Amino acid sequence: MTDVHTALVRAFRDEWGQVVATLIRLTGDWDLAEECAQDAFTQAVGSWARDGVPRRPGAWLTTTARNRALDRLRRDAVGAAKLREVAAMPDPEPEPDDSGVPDDRLRLMFTCCHPALSLDAQVALTLRTLAGLTPAEIGRALLVAEPALRKRLVRAKQKIRHAGIPYRVPPAHLLPERTPAVLAVLYLLFTEGYSATAGADLQRRELSAEAIRLARVLHRLMPDEPEATGLLALLLLQDARRDARVDEYGDLVLLTDQDRSRWDRAEIAEGVALLDGALRRGAPGPYQVQAAIAACHGTAERAEDTDWPQIAALYGRLAAMTRSPVVAVNRAVAVGMASGPEAGLRVLSDVDLPGYHLLPATRADLLRRLGRHDEAARAYRDALELVTTETERRFLSRRLAEVEPGPGGQPAAGRSRPT
Amino acid sequence: MQYMLLICGGPEAAEHAEDGCEGWSEEMAERGVLRGGAGLRPPHEATTVRVRSDEVLLSDGPFAESREQVGGFCLIECGNLDEAVEIASKHPAATYGSIEVRPIWQP
Repeated sequence: MTDVHTALVRAFRDEWGQVVATLIRLTGDWDLAEECAQDAFTQAVGSWARDGVPRRPGAWLTTTARNRALDRLRRDAVGAAKLREVAAMPDPEPEPDDSGVPDDRLRLMFTCCHPALSLDAQVALTLRTLAGLTPAEIGRALLVAEPALRKRLVRAKQKIRHAGIPYRVPPAHLLPERTPAVLAVLYLLFTEGYSATAGADLQRRELSAEAIRLARVLHRLMPDEPEATGLLALLLLQDARRDARVDEYGDLVLLTDQDRSRWDRAEIAEGVALLDGALRRGAPGPYQVQAAIAACHGTAERAEDTDWPQIAALYGRLAAMTRSPVVAVNRAVAVGMASGPEAGLRVLSDVDLPGYHLLPATRADLLRRLGRHDEAARAYRDALELVTTETERRFLSRRLAEVEPGPGGQPAAGRSRPT
Repeated sequence: MQYMLLICGGPEAAEHAEDGCEGWSEEMAERGVLRGGAGLRPPHEATTVRVRSDEVLLSDGPFAESREQVGGFCLIECGNLDEAVEIASKHPAATYGSIEVRPIWQP
């Protein structure tokens, strides 16, 4: 039973997007596609427990969802032509290799990122339909309340249906205007997998792997777009550190404390090579700059070799490009390393980002390094009120314990767990 | 699918009232996507009708106070939104005004 449960969880993460994408292609109805995919997963619970997990869970789920859609279409007595079309669908083929052939998921991604939809709707829709994230999870990732997010999804699907937004990869000349949204979505997808916004696990590796796979497809589809290359480089460079980011207790390990021998050298080398190629095109954008920052970290042999002034300069450039308060928080960290915590605090003083736990967490860390323990403790408490993952909560609690006065009135330094 | 192209422009659009469509209508008629359409008299000749509590209320001018006003419309029938956008983008008014593409309500 546990095996079936594990297989179901894995199938959901790996296959949800493909099942929904295929059903949308067949039926043209997003809600029907999602409902039938959900039904297929529900049916799998009983069926797999009875008959065992099928050899190709994705194919099983797609066939089951297709049959469910046929039943529904028959019952609703919709157009006979649509019914014939769906009925004529052959059994799903085995997963194609990622040879760059645009697949249903890529088509779905470009449908979600149609410029007739608002950027907000594009991102929300892709995370929901492609990655199977719940509205609650998407809401947290985008800092939007769940009811508002649900409304946004309903409106976007209605517009796709009523306005006749086609389900296809657009012709080459239409790709550039959609690229920024597609890149943004892939990055969010990766980030959601790299540091999940909720739950006990810090990482949902399947999401990151899927984002990297799609970024490769995209890079092959548009080799002349330096930002697409930059994004792939960025994802690889960040992913290379995943094994070192969490210790054996499942706790977060800061970049400076990570065991660099556990970084994936092949991924770093590939990321750096891709980045160099992209930068030679002379059109640096936010993803290339972020990849350059990740490359600075990835190529430093030891933490103390890190070129912080270079990283702080790159963040300055990124902040000018994006005007993002999240970037400003990161810049404060880099400036804090390059020029000292006082300078970092000065950068933070201009940042306004309600609800974002890393803002007070960063302030707390800079204050802690200045020995201003009372203020640091207050900031750690602010951060703890906002944090949503258990792993980060434990990390912040440990840090808070370090700066809080101990029973003797002294800061209880060195109380952190040895790693 | 059917779409209404609402051809909008600012005050300067009046200069283009006599322009014609530079062959757009002919091309679209040949493609078989054109179902109808016309240019409209300027907004100050419009009358807006509302019925509230069984009373017919008339007001002078277009219903929306905006610099951009509808100056004409075309009804087209084509495969999907991308094709409708392609058709609209070929209309000369798109180069000085704007064109709102609205899908026709389908029961």
